[in-house]
Order: sequence, then structure tokens, then C-alpha cells
Amino acid sequence: MSGRAAVRVAKRAALYTAAVAFTVFAVFPFYWMFLTAFKQNRDLYVGATNLQHVPWIFNDPPTLDHVRLLFFNTPYLVWVKNTALVGAAVVAITLVVAVPAGYSLARLAGRWGERLGIGIFLTYLVPPTLLFIPFARVISVLGLQNQLGALVLVYPTFTIPFCTWLMMGFFRAVPRDLEEQAMIDGYSRLAVIGKVVLPLAVPGMLTVVIFAFTLVLQEFVYALTFISQVERMTLSLGVPVALVRGDVFYWGSLMAACLITSLPIAVLYSSFIDRFIAGLTAGAVKG
Amino acid sequence: MAPGPQAQATLAPPAPAFARRTLADRESVLGTLMLAPALAYVILLVGVPFALAILLSFSSATAGSLDFTWAGLRNFAKLLGDPQFHRALGNTLRFMLVSQVLVMVLAVSAAHVLDAAFVGKRVVRSLLLLPWAAPVALASMAWVWIFDSTFSVVNWTLKVLGLLPGWLYWFGEPGLATVAIITVHVWRMFPFATVIVLAGMSVIPQDVREAAVVDGAGFFRRLFHVNLPMLLPVVTVAVVFGVVFTATDFSVVWLLTRGGPYNSTHVLATLAFQRGILGANLGEGAAVALFLLPVLLVAAVVMLRLARRAEVGT
Repeated sequence: MSGRAAVRVAKRAALYTAAVAFTVFAVFPFYWMFLTAFKQNRDLYVGATNLQHVPWIFNDPPTLDHVRLLFFNTPYLVWVKNTALVGAAVVAITLVVAVPAGYSLARLAGRWGERLGIGIFLTYLVPPTLLFIPFARVISVLGLQNQLGALVLVYPTFTIPFCTWLMMGFFRAVPRDLEEQAMIDGYSRLAVIGKVVLPLAVPGMLTVVIFAFTLVLQEFVYALTFISQVERMTLSLGVPVALVRGDVFYWGSLMAACLITSLPIAVLYSSFIDRFIAGLTAGAVKG
Repeated sequence: MAPGPQAQATLAPPAPAFARRTLADRESVLGTLMLAPALAYVILLVGVPFALAILLSFSSATAGSLDFTWAGLRNFAKLLGDPQFHRALGNTLRFMLVSQVLVMVLAVSAAHVLDAAFVGKRVVRSLLLLPWAAPVALASMAWVWIFDSTFSVVNWTLKVLGLLPGWLYWFGEPGLATVAIITVHVWRMFPFATVIVLAGMSVIPQDVREAAVVDGAGFFRRLFHVNLPMLLPVVTVAVVFGVVFTATDFSVVWLLTRGGPYNSTHVLATLAFQRGILGANLGEGAAVALFLLPVLLVAAVVMLRLARRAEVGT
């Protein structure tokens, strides 16, 4: 009896240890951003060979100097503005294109719908890595180098396929009977979409907005390829590339920027992750 | 004249049929119209650039001018004799394989942990998602700082624990740089795989699991004979996306090492950028990137298989 209890306790202990270990591994870089962002320089720049100085904690009182420097003496706020502009434009384009396409694939395109849907989804697997070189030429032909317009043009290439697929799933989940009933009542298909389907698809569209926006914030390769002027950069490009003085990084401000930018996105994204996963695994998971 | 009941009976049926046909016609037009912008975008801005990528790889195009000179297989011939390219190709495969094996081991374990009931599970779950959700370029910078040659907290901790006799210059030595890159890949990808596996586990019928427990199957037997086989499709999805994301990754390697030290950690993506954009040799860059195509084709075929399976409903 007590042996069994011991096994139970050992099992619980193993479970909690594993949970803590995974969490520490996942969170550690964010904790490190946090420490670095608020440490005073004399607490921050102590060589790791000094074993008496523990880098894991604040040895001096925390400071807001790095955050202040970030906001007032670097182009951080310009990058925030650029990112918001590009994000808003890309989200708008994605909604306008992906929502009708998703509905069409779910309801109107018949047996071709499924195949076209999979085809569009597969283009999500074509990575920026393969396309940034041809795009470099396209963008220079269009004269869009160093323009936010280049990003607005190119980013929907990865938001549209994925969001069309997501919307297709959402529209499929709307009961057909509802639409047919409304059509029997004399509404046209278009009116049914406007009056019945879209209100039901609001959570889906919200998901599309979140994902399109976070995908924009995640993107790095295209931005690096098209934009070299610091005032035209977005957050994910400017922070890693332009927060340097000569060869030296402003680590305090840099980590503050990483923390301030990452955390809201991460929280937002996490709250929608289940829908994202449902979209990716549609087909492999049935339940 | 007023139609009699007879006439009404014969007249009535065509009306709905007629109405239905126009409706159907209009629906197919409507369907096409609603789909057209998405298709146009995908064809013009994924399909055309994709074709252009292939064309460019057979040209000696440069970034400065708009010329397009056919170069035949010259780019490819040059790459095949280029040790730096061999290294990049090998690194791409090595980073991908090692990180994916580690990711799957971690993800299946983490999913089993999260599948059990314990206090604080929701908090743990949302914290585990952070690495995947944070912008990759910014997270990579945190790791650059963590592995800094002078201030590395990893070195400090190993020193204090007495595990490090010398010093680790993470980005100064090819082996260590590789470890750093793979660490970041694993850190970033395992939460994503965990959530996918967890989604798969939640649909394993409870009675199947209970039956296995009742039959006295131990943890590992249940894992290898019940859970993993049932999880196979979903694990496949996780692996396919993991493979595509790591094989085509540019940000992590570029920000951590820029392909250094001594060009030892280049992958296809970073080499393509170095040659095609920084070196302005678009043709050669395109040829380098094109070697990613086999990976993507395999991924696409696997995804199609899974989709077909779902369609058939087996």
C-alpha cells in the first residue's frame, strides 16, 4: 500500500519536474530579455568570467534607461508605425480576398472546391526562401525598393493561402440548412452570405485578422531583401538589424524592443493557436 | 384565361426547376467571381515568381541591371564544384534532421505531460507556446545575446557548476555554432509540434486508452503500441511543417552566425541570400535556393496523401 503510494508520489514528482523543465526551456529567453531590458549597464556588462557576479538576477536596482533610449533615441516608434501600416494594409487585402474565396471553395465551387482548396493551401508550403530572389527582380522592375508598398504587395502571398484555407473550414462548419432555409424564404445567395453567413463567420474573420497580422510581424527575409533604409523598416527587420552603434549592439534597448514587441503578439497568438492548429491538421485529426 | 387545376399541375413543376437552374448558373458565376482574386493573387505572385526563380537559375542575371542572359546549366555546374555549396546543402539537411528528431522527442514527451492533469496546466501550456508565437527574428536576437562570447549566461552557469574547464566561443567555432543554431530551431519548433501532437491525442478514444491500461500495458507499451500508431497522421503533419520550416529557415542562421565562422554554417537559404542579394548574382542565388525544391515536393506529396485520406474518410 505504501509502496503504491510512493510510486504515485514519484510519478507526480516526475510529471511536475518535466512540466517545469519544459516551461523553463521555453520561457528562459524571454526572462533573459526582461532582465537585460531593465538592468543597469554596470550590472549588465560584467564578463561571464566573473563567477561572483550572478547574472540571473538584478544585482543593482532595475532601470528604465534602456526603454527610454529605445523610445526616444532610436527609430523604434517609426518601425512600430511602419509595421502597423503594413499590417493593416495586408490584413485588409487578406480579408477582402480570402473570405470570399473561402466561401466559394466551401459552398460554390462544387467538387473542384476541395482540390482547389488543397492547391491554394499547398502554396503556403512555397517558402519566402525560394521566392525572395525572383521577387527582388520584380520589386526592382516595379521600382518599389525601400517602399513599404513592396511588403504590402508581397506579404499577402503567404497570408492569402493560409487564410483562405482557414475560412473554408469555418464556412464548412456553418450548417447548410440555415442557408437553404433563407434561400427558400426568397433571399438570393448573395443576400444569404451577407445576412446569415458572414455574421456567423465573425470569429473566423477575427482569426484571419490575428494570423495575417502576426505573420506580417514574423516576416524577416522579404523585409531584409527589399528594405535597406532604416526609416522604412518594420519591427522585425529594424530591431535586429539597425539597433547598433557601429558594431556594438545596444543590448539593453534591443532586448527591451524584443520583449515589448514579442509579448503582446505571443499572447494574442497563443489565444488563437487552437484554430490555427485545427486549420493545419484538418484531415489528419478527426474529432 | 384562368388556368384550370389540370393546367396548374402541369405548369407548376417547371417553374422551380427553371428557377433552380438560373440560381445554379448564377452560383457558379458567383463562385468563380469570389474565387478569382485569390486565384489571381496566388498565380501572379506565387506561381509567376516561382517560374521566374527557375528561369533565373538558368541565367546570369545580376541585381544591378535588368538584363537576362541565358546561362544554361553554368550556375549549377559551378555550384556542384563549390565546397561552400556542398557545405550549405549538408548543413541544411543536418540542421533539419537533428532538430526534427529532437523536436519530435520533446514534443511527444511534452504532449504527454500536458495530457495529464496537474495544477497550473493551463499556464504551462500557454507559456510553452511563447517560442513559437514570438517573432523569430526577435527571438533569435535574444539567443545571440545569450550565446554572446563575453557575456554568455550559458558559459557563466556551466563555469559555476564546474562543468566548463575552458571557454565556449559559441559563434567562433563551427561545432558550437551548429549547436547554437540547432538549439534555437528546437526551442522554436517544439511548442508548435507539441500543440499539434496534443490535438491528435485529444481525439484518441478514451475507451481505447482505458482498455490498454486495464490490460496492464505499461507506459512505454502504451506509447509505442497505442498512442504513437494512432498519432501517426498528426505527427506526420507536425514533421512535414517542421521540416519545411527548418529546411527553409533563413532568419535563425542569418542572425546567429551570418553563415560564419568561415562560412561553415551556411544553409541553402543564407547562401542564396549571400550570393544572390549581397553578391548581386541573382542567377546563382536562384540556383542555390532551387535545391530546396525536393524537400518541398516531398512535403507537398505527403500533405496531399493526408488530404486524400481525409477525403476518403478512412
